Amino acid sequence: MEYEPIIGLEVHAQLLTKSKIFCGCSTQFGVEPNSHTCPVCMGMPGVLPVLNKKVVEYTMKMALATHCRINEVCNFARKNYFYPDLPKGYQISQYASPLAEHGYVDIELNGGRKKIGITRIHMEEDAGKLLHDEHTPSSYVDMNRTGVPLIEIVSEPDMRSAEEATAYLKRLHEILVYLEICDGNMEEGSFRCDANVSIRLKGETAFGTRTELKNMNSFRNVQRALEYEIRRQEYLLASGGEVVQETKLWDDAQGATYSMRGKEEAHDYRYFPDPDLVPVVIDGRWIEEVRETLPELPLEKRERFIQEYQIPPYDAGVLTSSRVLADYFEEVAKLSGKPKAASNWIMGEILRFLNEEKRDITSCPILPQSLSELIQLIEDGTISGKMAKDIFEDMYTTGKGPQQIIEEKGLVQITDEEILKKAIEEVLAANPVQAEQYRGGKEKIFGYFVGQVMKVTRGKANPALVNDLLKKMLAGS
Amino acid sequence: MKITRAEVEYVAHLARLEFSEDEKEKFTFQLNNILAYVDMLNQVDTTDIEPVSHAIALNNAFREDVVEDSLNPELSLANAPEARGPFFRVPKVIE
Repeated sequence: MEYEPIIGLEVHAQLLTKSKIFCGCSTQFGVEPNSHTCPVCMGMPGVLPVLNKKVVEYTMKMALATHCRINEVCNFARKNYFYPDLPKGYQISQYASPLAEHGYVDIELNGGRKKIGITRIHMEEDAGKLLHDEHTPSSYVDMNRTGVPLIEIVSEPDMRSAEEATAYLKRLHEILVYLEICDGNMEEGSFRCDANVSIRLKGETAFGTRTELKNMNSFRNVQRALEYEIRRQEYLLASGGEVVQETKLWDDAQGATYSMRGKEEAHDYRYFPDPDLVPVVIDGRWIEEVRETLPELPLEKRERFIQEYQIPPYDAGVLTSSRVLADYFEEVAKLSGKPKAASNWIMGEILRFLNEEKRDITSCPILPQSLSELIQLIEDGTISGKMAKDIFEDMYTTGKGPQQIIEEKGLVQITDEEILKKAIEEVLAANPVQAEQYRGGKEKIFGYFVGQVMKVTRGKANPALVNDLLKKMLAGS
Repeated sequence: MKITRAEVEYVAHLARLEFSEDEKEKFTFQLNNILAYVDMLNQVDTTDIEPVSHAIALNNAFREDVVEDSLNPELSLANAPEARGPFFRVPKVIE
């Protein structure tokens, strides 16, 4: 029997505002516990939350980037439950009327593209952070995160494999980071994902019983947890068992999902409109204003790069993986006029050097201007490809431009035929036996001579010229 | 009767409240009275009237994204039943 998994994801993304959603406390991460709190975010009686306008604008950006319909009127609601990280006893969220609905994103798979539907995007406040004491029956509460703005993005149950779910998640992540409305840091929890998973026999139309997965704090863990859970459900059904509707936590160390104890009872959140917050009304003009601020999005950029710069789809994918990297590439491509060379240098050397130091392109010591100069120096024959690699290393460690390094080290490529001829004569004189072997038909030995000439000229000889001259001189004398 | 005793018990549980048997009886009776009273609103003809969630006609009350001073952490913790260092301390909650 063949089963088909059905996956839907709920993603929470922290918005990059300076202040919280309903009060002026800072959203800065990693500060002294409870130092960014006030009567509003701690839920003191009698306070009045006031909505941060930027939260609405950021949410609108995501809505537009994911082809959602923005509702003319949306409201906030109270989601009631008790938990120590929730000081008010309710979370301010949106329920009956979210900011946006009915969108989609395209994901790219081996077999082409697929549309994944987005049910809704709504605004809400984050809860506080709990730390559990290992030794005493206590938990500690830090309210700095309480009231940090979140958007929740709910997908349709459109994904049919762990791979598709991961591709969708990466797409959302990429868009949020491109829009500069979320830093996308999964480890610090600014981008979190819960998954709803069920399976059914292929061909069946009704959904099976689903479980909800939590606690997956990396793309890899999302994929692993989903794969595990799909296998678990398949095994259960195949062996005559039943899937129980429950919430399961992913345990990274064990590589398994396990049931959450103590939270078995069904939730009853008793949502109702929050009387403290008035409706948000968004007119067409505001939507257009926000639309105008949208940057080019990753998928569009990828297509443009392939068209405009004639680079392979794979290159375009890597280069558009971040907006800053894409900008870097474009600058080098334009300045040097050699997009493919620019792509090769960035995908090869630049990313390798940066990865080794776990840095990203924002802290790259080589400016686009310098890299494009280096590419031009190779093009016009001033330096060889091999010299360029050495110069590149110097550029990376010192931050100097290629011209300066070439001057300081006297690295200009030798293109003077007389000088090269002399060097070749020297090499041939020193290696009479090998020269005889070459003339006797052992042509493989040619590379040896090139190497020797390079050695004599300390790598500065123009390789193409050396090849030409060597051939002539080996044949001639 | 709109509200049963079982519903009073359920709502009490959600609110983490414990009542005696007498109280449950009393609240069932009182809640039914309140709902019956509010039910009078149904006598008003609301055809052609848009539902609203607020009594005042006001939209888009925003603040700009500007950081303001937070409370001094000592003050934040001043009312905590229990605190430890810079944290609120609560009975352990299991994930």
